[in-house]
Amino acid sequence: MTAPQPSSEIAYNGSMKILVMEDDREAADYLQKAFAEAGHTAHVAGDGETGFALADAGDYDVMVVDRLMPRRDGLSVIAALRSRGNTTPVLILSALGEVDDRVTGLRAGSDDYLTKPYAFSELLARVEVLNRRASARESETVYRVGDLELDRLSHSVKRAGREITLQPREFRLLEYLMRHAGQVVTRTMLLENVWDYHFDPQTNVIDVHVSRLRGKIEKGFDKPILHTIRGAGYMLKGG
Amino acid sequence: MALSLPAIMKTTAARLSALYLLLFALCAVLLVFYMTSLSARMLMAQTQDTINDEVLGLARAYQRGGLPVLVRVVENRSRQPGANLYLIADANGQILTGNVQSLEPGVIETEGWTTEPFSYQRFGEGELDRLRGGDQSAPSTGTSGAQAEGEKGHNAIALVLRLPNQMIMLVGRDLGEPERFRAVIKRALMLALGMMGLGGLLIWFFVGHAALKRIDNVSEASRRILGGDLSGRLPVTGAGDEFDRLSESLNTMLARIAMLNEGLKQVSDNIAHDLKTPLTRLRNRAEATLAGKHKTDAYRQALEGTIAESDQLIKTFNAILMISRLEAGYSSETTSPVDLAATVSDVVELYEPVAEEVGVALEASAPDALVVNGNRELIGQALSNIVDNAIKYSTDATEGPKVRLTLARVGNEIKLAVADNGHGIPDDGDRARATERFVRLEKSRSQPGSGLGLSLAKAIMTFHNGRLDLAPANPGLSVVMSFPAREMH
Repeated sequence: MTAPQPSSEIAYNGSMKILVMEDDREAADYLQKAFAEAGHTAHVAGDGETGFALADAGDYDVMVVDRLMPRRDGLSVIAALRSRGNTTPVLILSALGEVDDRVTGLRAGSDDYLTKPYAFSELLARVEVLNRRASARESETVYRVGDLELDRLSHSVKRAGREITLQPREFRLLEYLMRHAGQVVTRTMLLENVWDYHFDPQTNVIDVHVSRLRGKIEKGFDKPILHTIRGAGYMLKGG
Repeated sequence: MALSLPAIMKTTAARLSALYLLLFALCAVLLVFYMTSLSARMLMAQTQDTINDEVLGLARAYQRGGLPVLVRVVENRSRQPGANLYLIADANGQILTGNVQSLEPGVIETEGWTTEPFSYQRFGEGELDRLRGGDQSAPSTGTSGAQAEGEKGHNAIALVLRLPNQMIMLVGRDLGEPERFRAVIKRALMLALGMMGLGGLLIWFFVGHAALKRIDNVSEASRRILGGDLSGRLPVTGAGDEFDRLSESLNTMLARIAMLNEGLKQVSDNIAHDLKTPLTRLRNRAEATLAGKHKTDAYRQALEGTIAESDQLIKTFNAILMISRLEAGYSSETTSPVDLAATVSDVVELYEPVAEEVGVALEASAPDALVVNGNRELIGQALSNIVDNAIKYSTDATEGPKVRLTLARVGNEIKLAVADNGHGIPDDGDRARATERFVRLEKSRSQPGSGLGLSLAKAIMTFHNGRLDLAPANPGLSVVMSFPAREMH
């Protein structure tokens, strides 16, 4: 691919089977439709018990679980599934948003946490990253995207064979983008995974970091590789 | 206020005093019994000692000169005034000599100590009584003493001995004095008991009354507050007693409720005011786009604008919620040791490119490590909000815009100051208002932002039992986060 990604084409790598546990009918319908438009198949469970039964029987790539549901709350559903050996990645949706909620959620066995109200682009990006994690790239020592190459052991970055010098934080930023190459990565995801802080930065701090990195990996090369997805985030994608 | 007995009995104070009074009275009664019986026994022993001494004296007289000397001594002693009783009778119980005219029958029949006090009549008293009453026949024999029982006879105890010639000798002592003494003690104790009871009743009444009154004051104040006057407080007398402590605790609680209530009101006001504006804008944009005939690109642009605006709304909304929750207080479960020096370097590293882009020098001076108890994420968020602001406001600096972070321990506090060299906030009132929600001072209206950055930082500092202070930095503004220092172990 040579041209920058048009903003409408939020890319995905293959279709996912998503289980949505959400008791609000309207929100569930919206999620189902939005996931379908993004090319995924979503099943909806309106309460915790149904959700547990579906998750236990079906083979889902990702589950999106509301914390507060009738009959059985989200955390207990996740804990029960985990104890039965189910390792499907889970993203918790919560209206609670207390400081320790995320910690509680992660402790219960979820993989990510999003507070309502949220932007669907954020949810989609996180869900897609979660799915990719199922086929982990963590173990690879060298990431390659197009002609860009990052060696995690020697901490060296090359593009088209040319050495690129990066600051430690830039290296981690690129490492995260490359691990999720071809997927949309949002600003908050970058702040969480590269800086280990979970909040919405007031100004465009992340954008400036990304544009610096972009300058280093694109300047002097003819093809853009780090794309801005408007209204969502960034995506690293080779030609 | 009228006080009926059942109403008094409903008060705790009255119940307690009643209980104490009862226990007190029980103790006093036991004391009276103990004291009287103790004194009675003591006096009896004393009386017996006196009698023994007498008997010893008489025995010596008998040894010296036999019966005649004994009789003389007895007659001699009988004439002396006193409480001692002497009597010598023949083997049949006929009184021969002594100062006893008559006594209860049977007393002199058994040898040894009389088991019970007996009544008797002294010589000369019969005549006296006759002169007084006129109708008493003179008792002539020792066995006629039965009459004395009805009279105001005297009581005595005595030692009865049988002389070698079968004559009977009785040495005794009148019990009038010990009995009077006993009566005096008994009366004194009864009086004291009565006074104690009365005092208890009075104390009970007044304590109960006072307690009732104060509790009524508290309930009345509570009713007023319940009526909607949240600024009302319970009365504190300044005595520092349990009632005051209770009132003080309740007042603290009321203050907190009032504060939360105020916060809630502010939030709803702010939501009404500051969220309505962007929502209206959002709606108008959608409506305008829908009304006109546009190319696809224009629709796309309008929708993108809508999404961007919604995202900003979501951010603002989340910030409001977070501030409210922080102010409502958290469990301390989320706190752990946080190295502020690391946080400073994190935030400096995060903001350095932005600062460079707008031409602001971002500097930091911090020790290698300075640890506080807290939530790393929240502190990082507060600091980045403050640094964000500082960078924005330092751009109007007259020379070389600069933001400087200083971390140091000052006394019992750990202070993290973020100073810029912009125009600052010269007005003290404005500076104080800067941390209120949605307050955006006139000059900053042109800058992007929700106006919640400093409020959130302040809420986070409050959550950490710390403070957020704004001070002039000459030039510029210094925002100081003060954390309580950890206890050194």
